[in-house]
Amino acid sequence: MVDFGFGLSKSSAVRLDQVDLSLYRKLEVLEPGVRTCMSCGSCSATCTAGPWSGMSVRKVILNLQRGKDVSAMMQNCMLCGKCSMVCPRGINTRHLILSLCRIYGERK
Amino acid sequence: MDSRIILIIGGGVAGMEAARQLFLLGYQPVIVEKSDHLGGHVAGWHKLFPDMMSASSLIETMAGGLDGVTVYLKTTVATMNRLTSGFSVVLSNGTTLLCGAILMASGFRLFDASRKEEYGYGVYDHVITNSDLEHWFNTGEDDRIPENPSHIAFVHCVGSRDLKAGNPQCSKVCCMTAIKQAIEMKEKFPGSEVWCFYMDLRLFGKKYEDFYINAQRDHGVHFVRGRVSEVSEDIDGKVILKAEDTLAGHQVKLKADLLVLMAGMLCNEETPVLASMVRADVDSDGFMRSRDNIYRINESSRPGVFFAGACTGTKTVPETVAEARAAALDIHNYLVGNG
Repeated sequence: MVDFGFGLSKSSAVRLDQVDLSLYRKLEVLEPGVRTCMSCGSCSATCTAGPWSGMSVRKVILNLQRGKDVSAMMQNCMLCGKCSMVCPRGINTRHLILSLCRIYGERK
Repeated sequence: MDSRIILIIGGGVAGMEAARQLFLLGYQPVIVEKSDHLGGHVAGWHKLFPDMMSASSLIETMAGGLDGVTVYLKTTVATMNRLTSGFSVVLSNGTTLLCGAILMASGFRLFDASRKEEYGYGVYDHVITNSDLEHWFNTGEDDRIPENPSHIAFVHCVGSRDLKAGNPQCSKVCCMTAIKQAIEMKEKFPGSEVWCFYMDLRLFGKKYEDFYINAQRDHGVHFVRGRVSEVSEDIDGKVILKAEDTLAGHQVKLKADLLVLMAGMLCNEETPVLASMVRADVDSDGFMRSRDNIYRINESSRPGVFFAGACTGTKTVPETVAEARAAALDIHNYLVGNG
C-alpha cells in the first residue's frame, strides 16, 4: 500500500441495522416502560445532577437504543427520582436506572 | 331557485355523503366522477385509523345509501356557466344539467414520490409509497415487497412541509398512517425491525396518540427524529438510508429491505380549472379557497358554489364526512333562501 501521508478515518455514522441492542433488550424486559420514551427531555430538564455531570435519562435511553455504553453517564445519577415524577409517559425512570445498574452489575 | 338538481363534482367520500344527505333533503344530486369507481382514494385503502375499519366496507355502506342518486362514472365537467338562477353545466358525456347549486368535492391527489429523486422511488427495487402498501394489503401483489424483510423503514413527510417540492403544508394524516402501517407490518413480520424517520410526530386526532404508544410499547417500533437526506441501493438491492439522528446529534445509516415513503396530499390538478369555470378562488396552497377557514369552510366566494372534503385542504375521512353533511345543509339553506 502506498503511503500517501494521510489515513482514512472510519465513518462515525451509527449503523442502525447493525447496532448491538443486547443491553437495551435486557432493559426492555426489566423495565418495559423504556419503550414508550418519546425523548421529550423533561427528565433531563429536572435532573439535579444533570447540569454539572451531564447525566440525562433521555440520553441514556437514546444511547442504549443506538447500542452505546452508558455506564459512565449513569454513575452520576443520585437516584433522587425527580425524573419519575415529571415523565409524561409515566415511565418509572428510577426503576429504569436501577435495572440498568443490575444489568451492568451482572455483566462484570 | 327552480332546479332541485345539485351537481356534485367528485364521487369520493365527500361527494357520496353529501349526495346522500341532499337526496334525503329532497334534492336530486348528480355525482360526476372522473374515475371508474366511487369511493375515491379511500376505495383503494385497506384499513382506516383509528378504528381499523375496513375501507371497502365503508365505501360499500356509503354506496348503499345512494339509491336514487344519479352517478356518472368516467365523466368530467366540460363547462359550467352561471345563469340568472342556478348554473348550466355540460358534462364530458354530453349531458346538460340545469342545477341549483354546485358542490366541489374534487378531493386531492397523492404527491408523486418519484419527484423526491433522492429517495429513489421508481428507481430502486424496494421503495414503495403508503398507497402502494395499502394496495398490497388488499391484493398481496407487489414484487417490491420482499418475503421476509428484517428491516423496514418509513420516511415521513415525503412531499409535505417541503418548500422545494412546492408543497409547504403538512399533509397531517401521514404521521398517523405511518404508525398504523408500521404496526400492520410488525404484525405481518414479527421478526422485523421497523424504523420511522420523522421530523415531528403530529398525532392530533382522537386515539392517534394511543397508536403511537402502542407502536412503541407493544410492537417495539423505532422512531428516529431526522429527515432522511438520501437513499442509495447496494449490490444486493437493499436500500441504504442516510439521516441525522437529531436527538443524538449523530449521523445514522440503515440498510433496509423495504422503504415506505409517506407521500403527502396535494391539490388536484383540476382544481384551478374547476375554480375558474365558476370564478371561485384558489388559495395560496393550491387548494380551493373557502370564504374563511373557521366558520365558512364549505362556502366559496361565489354564491351557489360550495366545497366539501379535501378540495379545500388535507382532511381525514371523518372530517370529510362531517364537512359533506355540513355542505349539504349549507346548500339546502342557500336554496330555500336562508343563506
